[in-house]
Amino acid sequence: MQGVQRPLSPHLQVYRWQITMWLSSLHRITGLLLSAGAIALAVWLLALAGGPQSYAAVQPLFAAPWFKLPLIGWTFCFFLHFANGVRHLAWDVGAGFEPKQISASGWTVIIVATLATAAFSWLAIV
Amino acid sequence: MSLVTPLNRVLGLGTASGAAEHWWMQRLTAVALIVLGLWAAVELTLLPDFSYRTVFAWVHRPYSAVMLILFVLAVGYHSYLGVQVVVEDYVASKALKVAFLMGSSLAHVGLTIAAIFAILKVAFGPSA
Repeated sequence: MQGVQRPLSPHLQVYRWQITMWLSSLHRITGLLLSAGAIALAVWLLALAGGPQSYAAVQPLFAAPWFKLPLIGWTFCFFLHFANGVRHLAWDVGAGFEPKQISASGWTVIIVATLATAAFSWLAIV
Repeated sequence: MSLVTPLNRVLGLGTASGAAEHWWMQRLTAVALIVLGLWAAVELTLLPDFSYRTVFAWVHRPYSAVMLILFVLAVGYHSYLGVQVVVEDYVASKALKVAFLMGSSLAHVGLTIAAIFAILKVAFGPSA
C-alpha cells in the first residue's frame, strides 16, 4: 500500500533537535496514547455498570501491580498533553511567540507535567 | 471546460471540508477539558479506594454522573478530532486512510455512547 512516490525535501534529520520539536511530537504521541487510555476508561465504566461480578472480572487487571506502569504512563501523558495544550491555546490567542518565551513555556510544561504526575501517582495509583 | 464553478469543485475537498469547524471544536473541547480533566483527576485522588462499592457510589451521585458524562463527551470528541488529524497526516495510502478514518469514527462514537450508557445505568440504578 504505497502512495504516489514524490521527491522529499530534507526534513527532521537536518535540524538540531530542540525543545519545541520534542514537545510538538510528544503532544501528538501523548494524545494518541490517551486515546488508547480512553478505551480502558470505557471498559472500566462498562464493567462497573455490569454489576459486582463484571467489575470483579476486570479488577485483577486494573489492580495488578504491573498495571501501575501504564497507569502512571497515562498520568504523565495526561498532564503533559494538558499543560502543552494550554500552551497551544495561549499561542492561539497570539501570546508567547518569542523564541525565549517558547523555550521557557516548553520547560515549564515538562516540569509541571513531571510534578503533577508524581503527585497524582503518589495519591491515587501507588 | 467544466460547468462546475471553482468554488463548488473545492467544497468538500481537503481544507474546504469544514476545517474551521474542526479547528474550533478542537479548541472548544480543549477548553472544556481543562475544567473536566482537572475535575476527574482531583475526584480520582479523593476516592478512598477503587472497590466496586466506592466507585459505584461515586458514579451514582448525580453531580459526578453529569460531570463524568460531560468528561466522556469532551474526551470522545477531542480524541476523534485528534486521531483524525494524525491519520490524515501520516497515512499516505488513500484506501488505508479512509479505512482508518472510518474505523476511528465508528470506534469513537461506539465507545463514547457505551461509556455514557454505563454512567447513566449506574446513576439511575438502585444504590449498591
